[in-house]
Amino acid sequence: MFIVKNRKIFYAFSILMIALSFASVWKWGLNFGIDFTGGSVIEVSYADGIQASTTPSATVIRENLINAGIGESVIRQIGDQGYIIRTPHLDDAQRKEVVGLLGGEIKKLDSVGPVLGRELQGKAAWSIGLVLLAIVLFITFTFRKVSRPVASWKYGSVAIIALLHDVIVPIGLFAFLGRAGGFEIDALFITALLVILGFSIHDTIVVFDRTRENLSLPENSKKGFDQIVGESLVQTVSRSINTTLTTVLALLALYFFGPETTRNFSLALIAGIGVGVYSSVFIASPLLVTLEQMQAKKASK
Amino acid sequence: MNKIRFYAVILLVIGALLGAFVHYSEMPGRGFISKFPYKLGLDLSGGSHLVYQADTSKIASENIDGSMETLKNVIESRINAFGVAEPIVQTEKGTSGGQEIHKLIVELPGVTDLEKAVELIGKTPVLEFKTEKGVRSIPAATGTNATATEAVDVMEYEATELTGRYLDRAQLEFDPNTYQPMIALTFNEEGKALFADLTTKNVGKTIAIYLDGQPISAPVVQEPIRDGKAVINGRFTPAEARDLARDLRYGALPVPIELVGTQSIGASLGTDALNASVEAGIYGFIIIALFLLVWYRLPGIIAIISLTLYTVITLALFKLFGIVLTSAGLAGFIISIGMAVDGNILIFERMKEELQKGHSIEDGIKEGFARAWLSIRDSNTSSIITGLILFFTATSPLIKGFALVFILGVFVSMFTSITVTRTLLLALGMKKYEGATKFLFGHGLKK
Repeated sequence: MFIVKNRKIFYAFSILMIALSFASVWKWGLNFGIDFTGGSVIEVSYADGIQASTTPSATVIRENLINAGIGESVIRQIGDQGYIIRTPHLDDAQRKEVVGLLGGEIKKLDSVGPVLGRELQGKAAWSIGLVLLAIVLFITFTFRKVSRPVASWKYGSVAIIALLHDVIVPIGLFAFLGRAGGFEIDALFITALLVILGFSIHDTIVVFDRTRENLSLPENSKKGFDQIVGESLVQTVSRSINTTLTTVLALLALYFFGPETTRNFSLALIAGIGVGVYSSVFIASPLLVTLEQMQAKKASK
Repeated sequence: MNKIRFYAVILLVIGALLGAFVHYSEMPGRGFISKFPYKLGLDLSGGSHLVYQADTSKIASENIDGSMETLKNVIESRINAFGVAEPIVQTEKGTSGGQEIHKLIVELPGVTDLEKAVELIGKTPVLEFKTEKGVRSIPAATGTNATATEAVDVMEYEATELTGRYLDRAQLEFDPNTYQPMIALTFNEEGKALFADLTTKNVGKTIAIYLDGQPISAPVVQEPIRDGKAVINGRFTPAEARDLARDLRYGALPVPIELVGTQSIGASLGTDALNASVEAGIYGFIIIALFLLVWYRLPGIIAIISLTLYTVITLALFKLFGIVLTSAGLAGFIISIGMAVDGNILIFERMKEELQKGHSIEDGIKEGFARAWLSIRDSNTSSIITGLILFFTATSPLIKGFALVFILGVFVSMFTSITVTRTLLLALGMKKYEGATKFLFGHGLKK
């Protein structure tokens, strides 16, 4: 079967993507949002009742903020008469001062104190770890009856390798986009990662399930493990692609028509789910074959 | 056959009824069903979200939960006094940088002015009773505009232990002689003792009453007061006196709190986000429906009907359970429309294989479902695990909303993609896989 036979090419492609992701994180770092670092984000609009000519320039706003002792701010223009301004965390008095200073209509104001930032850091790490652990345990349990020729915990471990792959690539992408387009790693991004994990394992389980079924069929008893895995892949590949396609279609609708708040979220999901289906089809099952062959080699020595 | 057609009709009728419910309950004046509107989160309706950290360092650990509960009640009654519609006040434990933290979360729908919201909650009038310390002479003002030429003697006061914390009640009353508004204070047991002590020691002297650091009155103590009652006479208007009495009543917080996070969203931004989400949902649905129609043909149409039922059931559940919808929650719903098709796709692909093996349509459908079930079960279980972890580790209502919708979507989609699709497909009553039927049950772009 094509995928199983040429698995080394696909492994190489994955390793390349992972390497690029690491390089991008190493080079550009991660652009964490205020959810993690603490800070304030203000969306201000000068559209209502104020002449366009009186809309202050970003430079003026930045200088005003520095003069007020607020510190460095990042200012992004939205539309003709609005800005999104990110500042260090503002306390009660500073917030009042800044709102007064800006003068326009405050459409949105988010402020996260350092206490909450640290809380999220802890929770994010926890939740990702917990999801990975739960998935390994679940797969080991579900596939407990499949022990020949590959032990069920190996299905779990292979699934995790595929999952790590699915998480690393979107992180790498967002490191790049963080540099190029100001994309931030925020609480929603972490949510996207968890959904990607859930979705990717979905695909992987469907293929493993088919492998399990085919292994138990009497007419397959003479076939090699690699052949059975290959056949299972062929039988499930159109399902994997179609399901991914419908989900990605929904996400594209969300990206193009949906609200600003969830735009980066849907982008992260599109990237992750795309990579997810790749890893389920081209990495997870071929890895099972590789493991089986390593076992066989060991046994024959 | 008739039996399965009967079930199919019932499912469709239920779907239509739910659809009518979802549609008409949004219109005003429809009686009972109008009581189930969508509950929109702050990010869609506009409002303020405030997170306070309670300083529990001075409270014995076994009393923390009780104090937090009292804190919650105090803040709740304070907000209710201002008449905010459907506020949410809740306490939450968390861990930040290895330290346990206690948070108080307040959501004020419709209050889009953050400063107003902060003021509303944080307004803790500080009431102090101070005793005479001594007289200080303020030197005469100098300069051309000076009018006073002699030094002025000013009484200085020092703080006592008695503060607004020991108040039991504060209410508006009118002086029977002058008809001036005044505030009648009643101390609790501890306060009563303190006040009795203070008045005993200061007969003939003044005790100054300070509000938020400003003296309001300094009556002379005629005799010791032992019943724990005092009156504040200031130059209040009746409205001022009423507000002050209310603030004093709800004034004392059992735990000091500090504002550590805020979020406020203007109403227009919320509406924009809501409209955009609805638009994305509609387009998403149409694109997926087109895909199903083109790729799976007749079963595709059945899948579209199931998906419509999925949408209607989920929306009805949002209404019936009063699930709070956030922009992330709606995103979750839109994604779940894409994922809900997964069950159908698994089944159709499997059905296709069985049909190619030469089964009749009816057997093909049954086999396809039976064999796809294990995959559907396992993959959905893993989604539910992910959803639950997400729900319990969520730090913000946005993400909690997403997790809830996600979990709900998985359950509903299992029902619609399996039970509904299967019943409808079998109800078609097609037998042989040939001719027009072969085309209708075919797939992909080929004939």
